[in-house]
Amino acid sequence: MNRQSLKLSMEIARVHLVSKPKQTIVAMLGVTFGIGMFIALVSLMTGLNNFTEELTMTASPDIHIYQEETSSRKSILEEINPDGLNLVYHQKPKNETTKIRNAREIARLINLDARVLGTSPLVSSQVFYNYGPVQLNGTILGVDILDEDKLFDLRSKMKAGRLEDLLSNHNGLIMGKGLAKKLNVALGDRVVVTTPLGTTITLKILGIFQIGIGVVDNVRSYANISTVQTILQKDQSYITDINVKLKDRNLAPLVASELQSKFIYKSEDWQAANATYLTGSMIRNIITYAVSFTLLIVAGFGIYNILNMTIYNKMKDIAILKAMGFAGVDVKNIFMIQSLVIGFLGGIAGLVIGYGLSFLISKAPFNGGDIISLDHFPVNFDPMYYVVGIVFGVSTTAVAGYMPSRKASKVDPIEILRGQ
Amino acid sequence: MEPILTTKGVNKFFYEPEKFQVLKSIDLTVNKGEFLSLVGKSGCGKSTLMYVLSTMDTDYEGELQIAGQRLTGKSQNELAAFRNAHIGFVFQFHYLLPEFSVLQNVMIPALKLNRYSRKEIEERAMTKLKMLGIDEHARKASSKLSGGQQQRVAIARALINDPDIIMGDEPTGNLDSYNTQLVFDIFSELTHTYKQTIIAVTHDDEFANKSDHRVEMSDGRIVKS
Ligand SMILES: Nc1ncnc2c1ncn2[C@@H]1O[C@H](COP(=O)(O)OP(=O)(O)OP(=O)(O)O)[C@@H](O)[C@H]1O
Ligand SMILES: [Mg+2]
Repeated sequence: MNRQSLKLSMEIARVHLVSKPKQTIVAMLGVTFGIGMFIALVSLMTGLNNFTEELTMTASPDIHIYQEETSSRKSILEEINPDGLNLVYHQKPKNETTKIRNAREIARLINLDARVLGTSPLVSSQVFYNYGPVQLNGTILGVDILDEDKLFDLRSKMKAGRLEDLLSNHNGLIMGKGLAKKLNVALGDRVVVTTPLGTTITLKILGIFQIGIGVVDNVRSYANISTVQTILQKDQSYITDINVKLKDRNLAPLVASELQSKFIYKSEDWQAANATYLTGSMIRNIITYAVSFTLLIVAGFGIYNILNMTIYNKMKDIAILKAMGFAGVDVKNIFMIQSLVIGFLGGIAGLVIGYGLSFLISKAPFNGGDIISLDHFPVNFDPMYYVVGIVFGVSTTAVAGYMPSRKASKVDPIEILRGQ
Repeated sequence: MEPILTTKGVNKFFYEPEKFQVLKSIDLTVNKGEFLSLVGKSGCGKSTLMYVLSTMDTDYEGELQIAGQRLTGKSQNELAAFRNAHIGFVFQFHYLLPEFSVLQNVMIPALKLNRYSRKEIEERAMTKLKMLGIDEHARKASSKLSGGQQQRVAIARALINDPDIIMGDEPTGNLDSYNTQLVFDIFSELTHTYKQTIIAVTHDDEFANKSDHRVEMSDGRIVKS
């Protein structure tokens, strides 16, 4: 009985929709546009977010352990005479070493943790690179290149040369692509490296890598730990940083705080290190959803209007249907079905258009310049967003259609029939 | 004679713009197979009474009974289902659904009732259309028919569920004399041949005088029955 009534309501709804094709299509286009833009926007935004996140991840370790340089400290006077009236002018910072004591032992202990995938102790230093007349500021990292590879998959980032060559050559260097380009050097060239202490060393370029972001590729090179220790005139136990990679990157804040309280040294997780980037990606997401939501609301108002107009024009039909024995709910169904069909078909068309737009965007050439190595837009084709899109679209039209449909169900047939 | 519709002491008030009694203790009995016409001066309350009898208006005092069922106090949904099965309507402005064909218009109340299969309903609808002489227009859009033809479609639609009673508020009010005569003849035949009960409001004295039972109203009362 009820199913038959629903079928009849569907049939009437269908006739209403096809007898006014222009109006139906305009209503659908509103939804199509909203969903299409949502898909295109969200695909591009999340694509970009994922891409930059990936890059950031390749460039920063899950946890970075280092000696934090203390900027202010108590004067000796204050320590001896804590309650006195002490005045110390122009106190200079203490010449503290950035060395991590027992670094290799700490790295070994961290490695024992089941959540840890690998560690890489290293020596880092600011240096000048000289090649001919060109002098550039940068950093040099003394690493065990195989450990570092395990953490950052350097092997796949090599543009020239091989990682293994560094193992056998103590006067070698693997240089970032951007840095090499600025220095105008190629594989096999020799560059002079000057430390802040004034010592210099000549190193041969054994490889060139490209991680993909300017802040790394334009300043960094890798050498062996002993090489960097030598130019810094330090002993073999001198280690300035430990990089840690976890099995689950999301545990980083937890593990970092554990490590910090255990080993005292500053342990920074990637979330903290990339707070600006994470905020940026969150804001991009908010904008995407806000814009799409606005578009859908506008489409919803369109449907609301069109349905209201239809119902206004169909007052007599509604009255006659009610006189003939249609209950309020049957009348409501007629119009709810119309708005749901508009929402669903418009939404499906929106998904197709959204996919088309995303596809075109993913093929569009885009030059990331020196900052990011990118030749076209990264686009995310995650089907989840298509599900979100259609659910979003159909619910908007359901909400927009509900009020006019309810109004139609409440129409008093006598008022309409008497009015004639 | 078997009564099919009875009212007892029906009063109705309108409160806008001021309190005003539009129906005054209406006691009416309509027998099965009777062709009843309701006449009276404009504004005397004929339409208002028809809406009460049709069960669409529930805001009245007194009692209404159709086909042995007491309808006073029933819910809107129950009344809608009752109308669907027991009452057929013919309005002054034929009120066909313009997007549907003639045949579909006639079929809709039967599809709603869901007593027969779709195929049977279609056959029954064609029979009714044939009876009214408009079966050749069955597939046409309902809006493409003349006024008289549309009114006959409306009658076919009113008949489709074999209602206990057909109600019409000035069913010929919008028709010329030729079509008025045609509708009158159809109503006569329905009552005499098929024992169909019909109540029709009319301003047409000739129409009323030819009916079986002429009920006259004045100022909210039945004055001649
Ligand atoms: N909704 C309403 N509110 C207030 N008064 C109403 C309403 N509907 C009708 N009336 C009044 O009730 C009285 C009866 O109206 P009704 O429509 O029943 O008359 P009628 O006999 O059908 O007239 P006509 O022959 O012109 O159709 C009239 O005075 C009318 O003005
Ligand atoms: Mg009237």
